[in-house]
Amino acid sequence: MVATQTETGSPPRRRLRGLHALRSLPMSVRLAVWLAALVGAFVLLWFAVGLPPVAAGVFAVGISVTAWWGEYFAMRVLRAYFVVFAVATGVFFMLRGLPGNPIDVYIARLTAEGVPYEEAAASAAAFYSFNPDTPLWQQYLEYLWGLANGDFGTTLARIPVLEKIGYHLPWTLFSVGLALVISVSVGLLLGMIMAYLRGGVFDHAMATIGSILHAIPNYLLAFIIVSIGGVQLGLFNYHEMRGTYTAGVVPGFNLEFIQDALFHATLPVLTYVLATVGTWALIMKASTTQALGEDFVTVARARGLGGGRIGSMYVGRNAVLPLVAQIATQAGFVVGGAIFVEKIFSYNGIGITLYDSIADRDYALVQGILLIITITVVFANLLADLTYGLLDPRIRTTGEEAAG
Amino acid sequence: MSAPPSAARPRGLIYRLTRNKVGVAGFVMVAGIIAMTLIGPLVMGSTVPSDAQNPWAGVSAAHPFGTDNTGKDILHQIIVGGGPVLMVGFGAAAITTLIAVALGSLAAYLRGWIDNTLLQLADIVMTVPQIVLILVMATFFQLTSPVLLAVLIGCLSWPILMRSIRAQVLSLKEREFVEAARLLDLGTARVVFGEIVPNMAGYILINFVIAVTNAIYALVGMYVLGLVPLAGHNWGIMIRKAWTFNAFATADGVPYMMAPIAVIALLQLGLIMLNRSLEEVFNPRLSEG
Repeated sequence: MVATQTETGSPPRRRLRGLHALRSLPMSVRLAVWLAALVGAFVLLWFAVGLPPVAAGVFAVGISVTAWWGEYFAMRVLRAYFVVFAVATGVFFMLRGLPGNPIDVYIARLTAEGVPYEEAAASAAAFYSFNPDTPLWQQYLEYLWGLANGDFGTTLARIPVLEKIGYHLPWTLFSVGLALVISVSVGLLLGMIMAYLRGGVFDHAMATIGSILHAIPNYLLAFIIVSIGGVQLGLFNYHEMRGTYTAGVVPGFNLEFIQDALFHATLPVLTYVLATVGTWALIMKASTTQALGEDFVTVARARGLGGGRIGSMYVGRNAVLPLVAQIATQAGFVVGGAIFVEKIFSYNGIGITLYDSIADRDYALVQGILLIITITVVFANLLADLTYGLLDPRIRTTGEEAAG
Repeated sequence: MSAPPSAARPRGLIYRLTRNKVGVAGFVMVAGIIAMTLIGPLVMGSTVPSDAQNPWAGVSAAHPFGTDNTGKDILHQIIVGGGPVLMVGFGAAAITTLIAVALGSLAAYLRGWIDNTLLQLADIVMTVPQIVLILVMATFFQLTSPVLLAVLIGCLSWPILMRSIRAQVLSLKEREFVEAARLLDLGTARVVFGEIVPNMAGYILINFVIAVTNAIYALVGMYVLGLVPLAGHNWGIMIRKAWTFNAFATADGVPYMMAPIAVIALLQLGLIMLNRSLEEVFNPRLSEG
């Protein structure tokens, strides 16, 4: 494996080579050293230089990636930062440009309940720290400065946005992450089997089921699961399974709580898995079919290598490669779809929080959630790029994106 | 594995379109639903009369799928309620495809700073999940008009398609016919939209169909969440109402919930199956297996 890293015959490049001598170390060691350097730089910048924590993290990642992985990845990180900044700016001005500010919504709600307008207006002014009268650019600068300090503002209910997100996000990450792991591993396995047995009964049956699952939107699947599985067939008690955990069970690292959390996550996870597994199987089938037709597989067969070895080392590895980037893209898509699934199952994650914040016109919270989702997607993509580099030696050596 | 393309070429387009049974079935499903939506209101009247004596009536000869809370016939609502969904689906997909093809092909053909700027823009718009952005905008504007909904969905969904169109044009522009057109000094617009774009018509059509399914997903999702005003009749609003009335909890109410779900699922499935045929025609390499 080390041999793949010597660049025979390639012309010398003018590029920040970093700690070149360490490049011949095994990948796991290099990863560990890089992580250590990252943490070290972060602590140094935060405590010794006195930067705000978020800014320190931003610089620490930038510096350590540049020094360790070279210019190509440094450019990727820089672009990721730029995207986050652009989205933060875009979301800020988009929300300010939209009709309906939270105070109006609050007053409208009170007057609908029979409170006179003056009283409602006074109550709104006393209740909200939100001041729509300061100039827009001042609000924007305050917002950016807040972000650099890790301050995302406060919600209309006067809870810090980050605290609110921190409470709800883990539930979504848990359910979506679990579903993604199940769905990707089952889907890839099914797809590979389909490609090996293509043209057979199994392939046709799975292709049909896969396209049906791929076609039905996730919220409709959720409705079907509830009304057919839960109510008509009585397979499970839908009302008991709603929510994130049963009232009375104390959150903590114990068996009872974990069991309860898994129990409540079952229906959302089932929905996510059903909605995506067909897609993965179909993509993997196409990818594997293509890999099976490659010359190196024929050569491996001719050399008399075992079927298992060919399947994992030659076919599997090359078939999964193009899918890595898609997994990251899908992660963002699944988080977007969570708003429906969580609303239907009353699962108290970030999706339902986003729904509430949109319905309440809670600017700061909508903004914070959009930004957090963006950061998650950007870094999932970045991680996919880095993983790609680990899986595909061509990128490591040439430092360029492989076509396709 | 791949049959020599020359064997399939001489046959007619119709033959190649109908060779894939799955694709034909998909076409029949989509055409049936569109025909039902277009012809249905003319035959049965576009307003559904309410029968206050018969709320939540079960399945009967007079009401094949029963009635809703105000005694309106569900089958009638299904037949009448497809208009906005189909309009927004196809309208938004047309807008998305138009933007993506125009920006993608120009970016790939011109390269340079235009390419960089457009790619960066696509990256930024793509990062926020489309569905979330669409939901936020539709809610804050309280959109009810199908035209505006189509414009909104269309204008926010182009980046992914734009990137793949760009990749296609990058490979197409190295071909001889493009070089010939360029040497004839036909002008950028003519080379791009007269020579390159027609050569990926099949690819664009396939992606248009995918865009239709995505737009319908976003639109129905909006209604399911109840974030946009529930004005008029359509399948999404039916699902929303069935859900808020807990229609799924009783045997008589189930058709109110399942009928619109079934018709939307059939439409989406039909569109995806239809794409099988299109892929077979336009991309013969994929057809095996």
